[in-house]
Amino acid sequence: MKIEIMNLSKKYGSLYALQNVNLTLGQGRIVGLLGPNGSGKTTLIKLLNGLIQPTQGQILMDGQKPGVYSKSKISYLPDKTYLNSQMTVEQLVDLFGDFYADFNFSKADDLLKRLNIPVQQKLKTLSKGTQEKVQLALVMSREAEAYILDEPIGGVDPVGRDYILQTIISQYNRNATVIISTHLISDVENVLDDVIMIKNGGIFLYDSVENIREREGKSIDEMFKEVMRWY
Amino acid sequence: MWQMDSNRPIYIQLVERIIKEIIAGKYQPGEKMPTVRELAEIARVNPNTMQKAFSQLEQKGMLYTDRTVGRYVTQDQAKIREKGKQLARQLGEKFLADMRALGLTEDEIMEVLKTLMSGDKA
Repeated sequence: MKIEIMNLSKKYGSLYALQNVNLTLGQGRIVGLLGPNGSGKTTLIKLLNGLIQPTQGQILMDGQKPGVYSKSKISYLPDKTYLNSQMTVEQLVDLFGDFYADFNFSKADDLLKRLNIPVQQKLKTLSKGTQEKVQLALVMSREAEAYILDEPIGGVDPVGRDYILQTIISQYNRNATVIISTHLISDVENVLDDVIMIKNGGIFLYDSVENIREREGKSIDEMFKEVMRWY
Repeated sequence: MWQMDSNRPIYIQLVERIIKEIIAGKYQPGEKMPTVRELAEIARVNPNTMQKAFSQLEQKGMLYTDRTVGRYVTQDQAKIREKGKQLARQLGEKFLADMRALGLTEDEIMEVLKTLMSGDKA
């Protein structure tokens, strides 16, 4: 999915959460959205998902504004769970299958097996990390054209993180755009194509990770810490 | 997961690692390589980065593509041996430079090597 963001601003009261953002995200790229708390990451993600409306500017997804079309093509992992914790994992799989035309049941079965999820248990009986894995497995089981993942590895232990990254690498389709918002940069930087560094509501840097390493001779993690400290 | 140094471009490290594995015989001459996706998943790196590494390995003549079937290790064994010698020379040069930087003479360096190698056998 081609995502174009033009002159985008979002104001809450008199405060700009995002100010005059311009970005074009290409197909088949895995993009890291990096920024400290309060930088505008979540605002941008909400705008992409059509959950809030911009104050100025617009977003086009394959030429269309966020709406029915984009929602049917974007698989979104919010940073907070929205699933009914009384339901078993199997029931959640069925729910997703009913809800999304692009849901792939065999992919879901395979992923849940690989992640060792006890599918007959209710969500609320699983650990926080396991619940996050379930949510990610459901989101990645859609044959979507964009995946927007808000902090997908935040609450998961290092082994779980490794599984989740493997899942993302193996499951996204070649033409899909993947956006991963995170503050755990060192854990994810090797799976990214590009990074967007965002600060105080503006885009500070948007470049390929390999360009940054070549030019700066340092990791994305280090670069990010420097940028946030000095600018 | 492969150990990577995040301070250097990842594709360069992938190229280096795969060349070493071909030299060491993990991938045999003429053997079919895993797909980009498979190897990216094993290494936990971005598939486009692995694709770039594969393209570089093709340019260097270490891999070749058969359009319909997949990607293979070169069958040119002389080339693999030559690459192995080249790499060994580089490692040797680095070792020598480090030893000389410590102020060791040729004889002393030989002594260090002999001791190490006899230690290895014991």
